[in-house]
Amino acid sequence: MDTSRREFLKLGGACALGLALLPAVKGFAAGTGSPQHLASPKALQGKRWGLVIDMKKCWPRYQEGCRRCFDTCRREHNIPVIDNSKEEIKWIWPEPFANAFPDQEHEFIPADVKDNPFIVLCNHCDNPPCVRVCPTKATFKRPDGIVMIDYHRCIGCRYCMAACPYGARSFNFRDPRPYIKETNPAYPTREKGVVEKCTLCVERIDTGLPPACVEACPAGALAFGDLEDPASPVRQLLKTRYTLQRKPELGTHPSVYYIV
Amino acid sequence: MIAKAFTGSRRYWSWVTFLLVLAATGFACYLVQFNQGLTVTGMSRDVSWGLYIGQLTFLVGVAASAVMLVLPYYLHNVKAFGRITILGEFLAVAAIIMCLLFVFVDLGKPMRLLNMILYPTPNSILFWDMVVLSGYLLLNIVIGWTMLEAEYKTVAPPSWVKVLIYISIPWAVSIHTVTAFLYAGLPGRHYWLTAIMAARFLASAFASGPALLILLCFVIRRFSKFDPGQEAINKLAAIVTYAMIISVFFIGLEFFTAFYSQVPAHGMDTLLYLFTGLDGHGKLVPLMWLFVILAFIALILLINPRTRTREKTLMVACGAVFVSMWLEKGIGLVIGGFIPNAFNQVTEYSPTPLEMLITLGIWAIGALILTFLYKIAVTVKEEIL
Ligand code: SF4
Ligand code: SF4
Repeated sequence: MDTSRREFLKLGGACALGLALLPAVKGFAAGTGSPQHLASPKALQGKRWGLVIDMKKCWPRYQEGCRRCFDTCRREHNIPVIDNSKEEIKWIWPEPFANAFPDQEHEFIPADVKDNPFIVLCNHCDNPPCVRVCPTKATFKRPDGIVMIDYHRCIGCRYCMAACPYGARSFNFRDPRPYIKETNPAYPTREKGVVEKCTLCVERIDTGLPPACVEACPAGALAFGDLEDPASPVRQLLKTRYTLQRKPELGTHPSVYYIV
Repeated sequence: MIAKAFTGSRRYWSWVTFLLVLAATGFACYLVQFNQGLTVTGMSRDVSWGLYIGQLTFLVGVAASAVMLVLPYYLHNVKAFGRITILGEFLAVAAIIMCLLFVFVDLGKPMRLLNMILYPTPNSILFWDMVVLSGYLLLNIVIGWTMLEAEYKTVAPPSWVKVLIYISIPWAVSIHTVTAFLYAGLPGRHYWLTAIMAARFLASAFASGPALLILLCFVIRRFSKFDPGQEAINKLAAIVTYAMIISVFFIGLEFFTAFYSQVPAHGMDTLLYLFTGLDGHGKLVPLMWLFVILAFIALILLINPRTRTREKTLMVACGAVFVSMWLEKGIGLVIGGFIPNAFNQVTEYSPTPLEMLITLGIWAIGALILTFLYKIAVTVKEEIL
């Protein structure tokens, strides 16, 4: 019995050593000419992408039944339609004022603000708690401020869902593919067991296009730009109009602003 | 020594078979979950953790309680605990294995579990939780086994174990502190955002773990020739009493802060949901009142020295402590934190039968491991009697 135990310890030691060496091996492999990712020369350059959403521009169209931003996003990103509020996948969707801004609600809010929807999505927070908690770095923030999820690394622990104070993250409780109406072959679908959310259309920004929702809105209610650039359209709006952020008191520094 | 787990009475084997059947059922249910995804559970995009993570949270406490035997024995020379520190260490082993299994079944992509090690992320508390839990598991396996082997061979234990034992004391505190930090550091989860979370976790751990140990001591005394000793049980009962009083006091502190300040965001909404129902939803209300009643029964029986020292009433008290803390921490705390959700709306959660069977299966695996380990330990102790 003693020898077998020694064997076992040896084996365990070897495994531990292997794990410890792994990063070094990986670094070595990366240094010897593995393919590098090349950015498109057309990619938009920004330090902190953000949105300013003018709800007053949106509402008249919304009343007429316009849902262009939601529908375009859904088609573009292969978002499944799951008819069960507990398992819905949401990237960008409407919420009443009281839900979107629970701490700023009071009983005398003007009826048009109260009864009209607000467009909500991931805020691409400058100080994102979802990134802080993720145990695998599957959720990460790019240098341009976009908060992303690597669907191939996510282990589906859902810690990020507990950490996001905006309900911006959805989990694939089941295989989403049967629920996608028309698959867009240009964008990957997801599998069951991973978390997903709005990506601010990185795939478009990296090829020189603004986010799909911004482009789709016939009223021009969504403005997109670099929050660090004083000349950007978003900064122009922020300078001249009074804006709201969702739950600013939490210190997450959302990059999505609202004009009412 | 391992062979000792494989000899036993008819009763021993029927108990083992019973647990195996439960574990197998749980495993079969898990295969269904593995195949279809977490849609088979009652969890949702609003309540994204449920029974599984609740059990993890509670059981980390049970595991940490081993320190309540080790610390008095090694630091304060409380001789009475000498014969039973092994019971605490083996209980920790079983509890931690259950914790790791509960994390595993909760994952959406279990096959990627190793990503936590391949891409270590020191800013994530879950990463640290995994580190401290596996470390604690290893410590207790090595310490427990070496000490028992020394006892078996009637030699003095090697001196390096002593070092590990001293390490294991702060380590036990760390596992529950880190588990509390999983919750206490999230913006927007108001019920969890409390500085006394770790203190609450430790207090409830030192109530529920030793309470279970007392019950296990009674079982061992009944079914074997080994007697853990009345003095040890009395001392443990005193520990349970103090820890239970402190636990209930800490929970009271949360009520005061929430309701005197009247700040809805300071957990008031969640407490209302848990104890009275909110916006017409109140699935957890009966369970939370059961917690209150059991906690009071436990306190009355424990504080009164006559009922604390009588075997029958002490057993009732320990059962009440264990169940009430399980309800408070394993159910109310974890699920309550998600209600109301980020939009200030109530989405309720209740586990599905499949989810409960998986949970039961893991408890059965834990009980099985505990049974084997205790069987070995008790047989060794019987032989040297
Ligand atoms: S809104 Fe939520 S998911 Fe998006 S960056 Fe902020 S915390 Fe993360
Ligand atoms: S669910 Fe995925 S993205 Fe979210 S914290 Fe876990 S590993 Fe990271």
